[in-house]
Amino acid sequence: MGLRHPPAMLQEHFLTRSRRHESLMGWLFAIPWVLGLLLFNLFPFVYSFGLSLTSFRIGYPTEFIWFGNYVEMFTDDPVFGKSFGNTAYFVALGVPLGLVTSLLLALLLNQKVIGVPLFRTMVFVPSIVAGVAVALLWMWILDPNIGLVNHLLREIGIRSPPLWLQDEDWAKPALIVMTLTGAGGATMVIFLAGLQNIPTELYDAARIDGANSLRQFFFVTIPMLSPVILFNTITGIIGAFQVFTLAYVATGGLGGPNNSTMFYALYLYNISFWWGRFGLGAAMAWFMFVVIMVFTMAQLALSKRWVFYAGE
Amino acid sequence: MATTATQPRTIGTGRRSRIHWPRIIHTAFVYMLLISISLFFFFPLLWMMTTAIKPTSQMFQIPPIWIPKPPQWDVFHTTWNRTNFSVYLGNTVLITVLSMIGRVGSCALVGFSFARLRWPGKNVLFLITLSTMMLPFQVLMIPQFLIFKEIGWINTHYPLWVPSFGGAAFYIFLMRQYFMTMPRELDDAAKIDGCGWLGIFWRILLPLSHPALATIAIFTFMSQWNSFLEPLIFLSSSKKYTLALGLAMFRDQFDVDWNAIMAMSFLMVLPCLTIFFLAQKYFIQGISTTGLKG
Repeated sequence: MGLRHPPAMLQEHFLTRSRRHESLMGWLFAIPWVLGLLLFNLFPFVYSFGLSLTSFRIGYPTEFIWFGNYVEMFTDDPVFGKSFGNTAYFVALGVPLGLVTSLLLALLLNQKVIGVPLFRTMVFVPSIVAGVAVALLWMWILDPNIGLVNHLLREIGIRSPPLWLQDEDWAKPALIVMTLTGAGGATMVIFLAGLQNIPTELYDAARIDGANSLRQFFFVTIPMLSPVILFNTITGIIGAFQVFTLAYVATGGLGGPNNSTMFYALYLYNISFWWGRFGLGAAMAWFMFVVIMVFTMAQLALSKRWVFYAGE
Repeated sequence: MATTATQPRTIGTGRRSRIHWPRIIHTAFVYMLLISISLFFFFPLLWMMTTAIKPTSQMFQIPPIWIPKPPQWDVFHTTWNRTNFSVYLGNTVLITVLSMIGRVGSCALVGFSFARLRWPGKNVLFLITLSTMMLPFQVLMIPQFLIFKEIGWINTHYPLWVPSFGGAAFYIFLMRQYFMTMPRELDDAAKIDGCGWLGIFWRILLPLSHPALATIAIFTFMSQWNSFLEPLIFLSSSKKYTLALGLAMFRDQFDVDWNAIMAMSFLMVLPCLTIFFLAQKYFIQGISTTGLKG
């Protein structure tokens, strides 16, 4: 091509100018997040890995010790193993129980009867009352001597009911029950939205083919709901790994009795902010991050086998 | 949501005139389940309220007394006076309000940029943004503590609200998705009328995004109001405490005074309940969209 037509050149000139202006504006609009990302996320993220390779402890000289903290964690700290086991227990039992409860609630609240909004609200409200207040409430309900639950248990003839949060074997199940009261919250609402997105024609077709409601559930509802199940499972597991407030408030930060509620995040907090061992704490945090990453990736990889995306 | 409710419930109108027993039994069964389960879930909250206003003599009676006679309303008044509750409340309101302003503002700006503008590096930055959602706070808390200590922010409220002005990955994503559903013709029309990018954002798109903004504001309110770990790490003197932190410390102070503890818990929970009832629609919408598109 020879010389371009002058008006086209002019047009291009203005176009690149407006493009450049757009780029500039794009960055300007994004500046809060660029700063937030760098200052409060990426820099601390890298910094904590650096810290995890040092012996940093408040009031002590700092040395670079390579993977010494990681070695100490796994070989020289029985509480670390116990806290990891406690969290694994909580994830393995609490997450599936929570998911099933939420799904059952969603199925029930998806029934087309009058008054469902009222019931939905009643089930949802406990979930917005989060954290400290809920922990205190349940400490009161589960108080071994004067709590409601043990009063009722004694009333029906159980002489020595469990001490719940003060009993090594019952403390974790009690905490799981506490978290289950939030099962009517976000997870349930997401399931409910997922249920309402399933086209009714699919059920009609299944019925014509002679599928009873159990079969409809397993061959229509579950596959159509699988992306939502995946989402709720991943967020549920990430949340369960970080369980902290309930255990902290219920045990005064001690993770008792006999470390039975010393969850990973609680132990990490104690190591860092009680003992001032920031190097070891950072190593524990990084290990937690890696475990969460691996879990999430594994689930995303496995999901190709069971998650069904309609319209793909 | 609304469309499914209007679907015809039975096929073949001829059957309706007769009493359809299986259907009635089914409905009765559903109601029984609904009532018992929702009472079961709601009961702990009621127990909190009724414990607060119960005279001590009625606290341990079996069967439990649900409506105390006479209710001790002054428990709120006396506990309020006995504690720093008003200070904690003031601190919490300050932190929560500033966080809401910061997060709504920054997430709207950044979300707009991601949804509407073309700039080099955008896609990479967006991917990084999404992946930060997987970062647990535990990985960030120690370095954040050291940074805030370095600049003298420990035992101040800054670490609790300043980061909100940097935005949050999840809500930026939410805003971006919301802006992307709006037709681009709006932008073009505004451009022809002489609007710049700021004008398009401020005058055209923002007024149309109330639902998304409200969702972010409400979720931020809930998380900041109930936040525990951050105040625990960054605050040390009780004058600076938030409600959540103050309430947790109450327990040590009042050990078994469950009247007082439940009364204060109830006061702390009350704003959350109020906001939920006022803005239930945004709650449910916000949660459903995040779950289905996320």
